[in-house]
Amino acid sequence: MTIAADQAPSAEAGNAPLLSLRGINKSFGAIEVLRSVDLDIRAGEVTALVGDNGAGKSTLIKGLAGIYPYDSGTYSYEGREVHVHSPKAANALGIEVVYQDLALCDNLDIVHNMFLGREETEHGLLDEVSMERKAGETLAGLSVRTVKSVRQRVASLSGGQRQTVAIARAVLWNSRVVILDEPTAALGVAQTEQVLNLVRRLADRGLAVLLISHNMNDVLQVADSIAVLYLGQMVAQVRGDSVTNSQVVELITAGRSGDLGMVPAGAGARTASTSSDEPGDNS
Amino acid sequence: MTTTAVSETTGAPAPAQIGLVDTLKAYRDKVRGGDIGSLPAILGLVALVLFFSLKRPNNFPTAFNFANLITQGAAVMVLSMGLIFVLLLGEIDLSAGFTAGTSAAVMAKFMANHGWPWPLGMLACIVTGLVIGTTIGTIVTRLGIPSFVVTLAGFLALGGVQLAIVGEGGSIQLPGKAVYNLDNANLPIWLGWVLFLVVAGGFAGLNYYRIIARRRIGLATSSLSVWALKSVTIAVILGLATAFLSKQRSPASVASIKGVPDVVLLLLFLLLSLTFLLVRTPLGRHIYAIGGNAEAARRAGINVPLTKTFCFIMCSTMAGVAGIVYASNANSVSAQTGGGTDLLLAVGAAVIGGCSLFGGRGRILDAVIGGLVVVVISNGMLLLNLKDAYVQIFSGLVLLVAASVDAISRRRAQASGG
Repeated sequence: MTIAADQAPSAEAGNAPLLSLRGINKSFGAIEVLRSVDLDIRAGEVTALVGDNGAGKSTLIKGLAGIYPYDSGTYSYEGREVHVHSPKAANALGIEVVYQDLALCDNLDIVHNMFLGREETEHGLLDEVSMERKAGETLAGLSVRTVKSVRQRVASLSGGQRQTVAIARAVLWNSRVVILDEPTAALGVAQTEQVLNLVRRLADRGLAVLLISHNMNDVLQVADSIAVLYLGQMVAQVRGDSVTNSQVVELITAGRSGDLGMVPAGAGARTASTSSDEPGDNS
Repeated sequence: MTTTAVSETTGAPAPAQIGLVDTLKAYRDKVRGGDIGSLPAILGLVALVLFFSLKRPNNFPTAFNFANLITQGAAVMVLSMGLIFVLLLGEIDLSAGFTAGTSAAVMAKFMANHGWPWPLGMLACIVTGLVIGTTIGTIVTRLGIPSFVVTLAGFLALGGVQLAIVGEGGSIQLPGKAVYNLDNANLPIWLGWVLFLVVAGGFAGLNYYRIIARRRIGLATSSLSVWALKSVTIAVILGLATAFLSKQRSPASVASIKGVPDVVLLLLFLLLSLTFLLVRTPLGRHIYAIGGNAEAARRAGINVPLTKTFCFIMCSTMAGVAGIVYASNANSVSAQTGGGTDLLLAVGAAVIGGCSLFGGRGRILDAVIGGLVVVVISNGMLLLNLKDAYVQIFSGLVLLVAASVDAISRRRAQASGG
């Protein structure tokens, strides 16, 4: 097998990661949650982050979002090392997170939710006209046709529509990296399809998308690159079209699959747990 | 390929104009979806007014009694307007009644015993409310004690403070006429009509301006026929009320009583300015957001503790204003001012008017509509010579119905979502 490497297609060979992590460690007290994690997220791609419960996915994205800092390791954005100490700092870089519970206010309408906490004002007063126009444009730009009116209350929306609003809110701010935490977890088949199409369109518009998901079908359908966390270690970051469903499942559950993933225990697993994600290091 | 979200303008088609039929349909959908607003209160108000008018045709539907309803209900409405701020958060302020009483007692004490002029007295009253609100809000948000408990403690303690200021069993008479006039004097007839023109004209004009501004940008607007219908309805209601109040309504022929009560000016000012604060400013939007989903508001970068504290300050400050109205109505302050059922009637008024106890839904107007319902019940039932006991029982039942409507509509709203 020669698919061990993240084999970037030649067209993307010069596509440096927009965001990359190297050697990230994070502990809570005595518990090491993340151990020497590497991750690359590229513009125009959907990068899936998979892993079993407790593998460290949430910790990893919370660090990316600035909710808490990593203990050590480098966080680079556009090739420069950055220090993201707060959600606001992450937002300022163009990084937006759509959490699993969406964080929408049911009693407010779509426009209000999309601009929540960042309302546009004119002479200190809400500029409803401008916000409504931009919200409508953003939804139209994402080819969202499922919402009737941007003045609907979020309470009246379906699960898929709510997810759409949450994602639209994240891209409203000229964001460049959108992190989606289990966007399809609570959705039916048709709505899952809608949301996955939307995720794909985000990447096609040039955004870097990090998709956290438990659903292998979703991941294989939409991801360009798949990063697998296993017990706090990044065991592999592989191209989406180079692996099968069962290989990914093996990586998630056992940390290795054939030549992929961790070197078997006894061969110095701790130090050799490489993520073979350097583009073009194998052919 | 661009990463900007708003890169391609959609070139919207000709702006949609929502006509009368669609407006009614949208309203029906809203009601069915569990967002019924003030509809039950308005229907109830109409039913109550009809009932009492039929039962007491000589006493109830008179200009004299109509003006009475306004002056009797004014203090409850003002107290209720303040409570809406904390109800919007899903919190409660049980101490608001005694905050009103204590503030009024402070004012009366300074004016009667220290000879303060009335503007200073009123200022002292409002500042007292402000200080109490700041204390309550800070304790609730910084210590994380439920507002129910903090304000229950405030209810007990402030009742004592008020008693200490007023003195056992006594009351303080207010010197001068200034405070008394607020809830007892009437505007000159011409000024009442000017007020009518400003409000009705302002409502129509502002809405027209809004429609034109939105249409120019290509956003959906209601059609001009809907606008005209709304504006005319408001103008007719306000015009009839003004005309009614401009009639000579003195029961005895010695004195002349006519004109819109002064306190209407205060109610209108508070209604408009507080509505403006809630609807048009980011702060108001954040209050609704916290009531809807505090965690979402926090993640959106909203300063939740500060915003909540602000709401408690608003509530108690408005209670201070209500204290002035209570004092004006009675021309004195006693240990009972703002006590008894006053607070509960104010909470009831807000809920009956359509403000949700669960937070996130309510308007300042709800306090006025609900306040009218509450005062019509007590006024009408006393005119029927029913005992106070029945008035209280019936008020309680109406409040229970309103709270049930609130709870059921909330459940429907959740069920209609995904």
